[in-house]
Amino acid sequence: MPPSDVADDAQQVMSANKAAVSRALNLVEDRRAESHARVAELLAALKDAPKSTDGHRVGLTGPPGVGKSTLTSALARSLRRRGRTVGVVAVDPSSVRSGGSLLGDRARMSFDPTDNGLFVRSLATAGEVGGLAYAANSAVRVLAAAYDTVVIETTGVGQSEIDIVHVADTVVLVIQPGSGDVLQFLKAGIMEIPDVLVVNKADQEELARRAVADLNGALRTASAAGAGGGENRDWEPPIVATSATKGTGIDELIDALDAHRGHLATTLAARRRQGEVQWALDLFSRKHGEHGVSTLGGIATIEARAKRNLDGGETPLSLCEQLSREYVAALGQTA
Amino acid sequence: MAQDGKRERDRPWIMRTYSGHSTAAASNELYRTNLAKGQTGLSVAFDLPTQTGYDADDPLARGEVGKVGVPISHVGDMRALFNEIPLDQMNTSMTINATAVWLLSLYIATAEDQGVDPQVLRGTTQNDIIKEYLSRGTHIFPPAPSMRLITDLITYTVEKVPKWNPINICSYHLQEAGATPTQELAYALVTAIGVLDAVKATGRIPESEFGKVVGRISFFVNAGIRFVEELCKMRAFVELWDRVTRERYGVTDPKQRRFRYGVQVNSLGLTEQQPENNVIRIVLEMLAVTLSKDARARAVQLPAWNEALGLPRPWDQQWSLRTQQILAYETDLLEYADLFNGSEVVEAHTQELVESAWAEVQEVLKRGGAVEAVESGYIKQKLVESNAARLRAIETGEQIVVGVNKFVESAPSPLTENLDDAILTVDPKVDADQRAALARWKQDRDNDAVEKALAELQRVAKSDENMMPASIAAAHAGVTTGEWANLLRDVWGEYRAPTGVAGASVKTAATGPNAETVQRLRNRIHALEASMGRRPKLLVGKPGLDGHSNGAEQIAIKARDVGFDVVYEGIRVSPEQIVASALEEGVHLVGLSILSGSHLALVPEVLQRLREAGLGDLPVVAGGIIPEADAERLRQEGLAAVYTPKDFELDNIMSDLIDLVDRQHAAE
Repeated sequence: MPPSDVADDAQQVMSANKAAVSRALNLVEDRRAESHARVAELLAALKDAPKSTDGHRVGLTGPPGVGKSTLTSALARSLRRRGRTVGVVAVDPSSVRSGGSLLGDRARMSFDPTDNGLFVRSLATAGEVGGLAYAANSAVRVLAAAYDTVVIETTGVGQSEIDIVHVADTVVLVIQPGSGDVLQFLKAGIMEIPDVLVVNKADQEELARRAVADLNGALRTASAAGAGGGENRDWEPPIVATSATKGTGIDELIDALDAHRGHLATTLAARRRQGEVQWALDLFSRKHGEHGVSTLGGIATIEARAKRNLDGGETPLSLCEQLSREYVAALGQTA
Repeated sequence: MAQDGKRERDRPWIMRTYSGHSTAAASNELYRTNLAKGQTGLSVAFDLPTQTGYDADDPLARGEVGKVGVPISHVGDMRALFNEIPLDQMNTSMTINATAVWLLSLYIATAEDQGVDPQVLRGTTQNDIIKEYLSRGTHIFPPAPSMRLITDLITYTVEKVPKWNPINICSYHLQEAGATPTQELAYALVTAIGVLDAVKATGRIPESEFGKVVGRISFFVNAGIRFVEELCKMRAFVELWDRVTRERYGVTDPKQRRFRYGVQVNSLGLTEQQPENNVIRIVLEMLAVTLSKDARARAVQLPAWNEALGLPRPWDQQWSLRTQQILAYETDLLEYADLFNGSEVVEAHTQELVESAWAEVQEVLKRGGAVEAVESGYIKQKLVESNAARLRAIETGEQIVVGVNKFVESAPSPLTENLDDAILTVDPKVDADQRAALARWKQDRDNDAVEKALAELQRVAKSDENMMPASIAAAHAGVTTGEWANLLRDVWGEYRAPTGVAGASVKTAATGPNAETVQRLRNRIHALEASMGRRPKLLVGKPGLDGHSNGAEQIAIKARDVGFDVVYEGIRVSPEQIVASALEEGVHLVGLSILSGSHLALVPEVLQRLREAGLGDLPVVAGGIIPEADAERLRQEGLAAVYTPKDFELDNIMSDLIDLVDRQHAAE
């Protein structure tokens, strides 16, 4: 789309026109340098969309095989029943060898194809080994402008669990009964304490009860050890037992999500801003590495500057472009 | 030896042909003709709506009614299907799973209408939901209620229909999905263990009676072209089943520990090229399950030589029946004891299979058993990997398939001179006729009785009572297949099984001509990504009710391995869903897989809906059992390409797909 159409397209995205949302997502996935300016322009136009401000961005993470796709599907259905519109970003890993990917989340989801209030886009992690997809950050912002709730489902391995904090308002960790590793990671403080915990596949009551108890224990150990002692620790992460295949526990999960969103009321803006700062930093350091960061004065300097510029209305993408230009110029001077 | 110097002959196995199409009346005629030709049992093929619990008037049944089997909506259809076939003298096998409780209820109701006591009924309901999740794809409900339906049917028939085989544990479809002999053995056994454990857990069968349940378990097995190994596999089955029943279930009566099985020989290996050769393949495969007396099939059904081309005609099926009859009645096979006892070679390979299969059985049990290993995707992933390896071996020529990748030259075949006449076509009117008949049925029945029967079914479904009595009562009351299944969908929900493709790791040759081809394809995708800004993205969809997903899965995996981003939706998606996915996912290309013969209804609908959604430029290709005349019609409607079983070189297909994306990109 030519630049002059961007405002028009943003308008259509905000009215949740599926074709427009899809085109906008295609654009933010576009890696060609000549597209970056338009991506930045589009995201700027969407930044203050009413849905975006009032909406909720939920990140689902957890080890592979715990039933995240089925849970996402059940969650989306229940949210639709409550009259909320839903956008889903499902991230799957790319093959290291071929660069291709198999995006299989749709196969586990059942949804009504004529429903205009539900939109699902699958993304491949592409180059980001173990992390969120290149376009995930932008895609979430596009969907947030169009739908009430955006669910980001990660691959559940490696870097994605850290990245998700920068994208989501509420991070949900999904485990299944008998997830010993996760408990150990939590206890040891290797894993950030999530905002909501879900024990999925809780079909067998006895097993699920034990899993919830184990998780409670791990959380106590983790907070006693001072893990995640940030600004947010007046929030006690609730533990919800669900069975995505049976559809039980989903209403409780929505209630827990709503409670956390309510809890964030005053801190949400700061949390999202911190996420954007982090995203701008990630973008820049992925592109130019440590040398780029140190040339521009180091992490703390760039971070402070990012905060200021983003407060001033810039977007992470345009900021990154600006930083890149400065870095290239600096390289030219030293050369 | 008998007194006249001739040897005593064993009784031959039951001879069947898997058949049924169009309508109950047409299928009844076919059955009576087949019985007159010397067939000794019936094997009912139901159409996909019946197998997945829809009536002909359901939108999802569009294009599928009467295609791969007979539509049975209510007891009136079942009566017509067995018109003038006395059920007390028949042995009927029904390939029915998710709706097995319902179809058996219709069968029992029909028997009662004929004045036949259910106690004397003989036959088999397939009733194995595990392999549906893994391969065949006609499941409806989540695992827990599905296992409950299975155990309801078993515990009911053990008492009330004691000569019935309530379940046919299927390793057949596992082989079709790519299973090695070891996997076939192991996954069939863990399925049987899962079922028997579930029956035990119901508490309905007293300990002393449990041997009876074990004795009613039968198997449905596949026999492939490596017939020596297949023969050893059957002997391994006998040995392993004896072990399981003795050690795990403490069955002391050897008769109850006997491995009883029916067989349909391999359809997967039947070729579209030089299809007459399939007759020879079928004969050799039959030998594997008949030669060894101690591991001989109880019932055999053979595919027809032209199955890779389309639906076989009555004459094609007759040819297969005659093949069985010649082996059983002309040859001296049935005059001898087991030919292989004492053979060191056979015994050694049998033991190898016993050991490797037993190890895999333990592995699955360690993972929580068959149901858990299905839900986690473990078994499915193993099958997908094996199948990919098999296809690669054929593509590289490592595995020889005569007429396909070797010895391909052929004189013109008189059998396939006119291809369109060499298969059966189902009258497209069948769909509308069946809908009209259904409307009449609903009008003429006592609808108060139907409401009452449905209310009772709902109550039972929510309780832990056996579903059979309420289902039989509903059958008598005139309830339809769709009503029965939809009610249970509401109570239990539906299930979408793991596809196994995402996690499947597939070996690609590291060197050699194939590796170079793959590298070339990857480079082209990479170049396209650079010029388009996004990696080429392919949507693989299976519209309609057909659940045979192997082809779609292998295309999806191959496409990933050459570098596509592939959205795989799994089975049973409607044209509306495919179009919605294409739109939301922003794909560059759509691939459809249809094996049920309903392509003429489904493909144009997808194309039409894409145009309506403003995606008319999106290239669409289709794969399946699609006769050339149909392919030509579909291409005229805008389909970019058609692939059939003869297109076994996946690299060529991938190259075509890349061309399509490239051309479309250039045009934009």
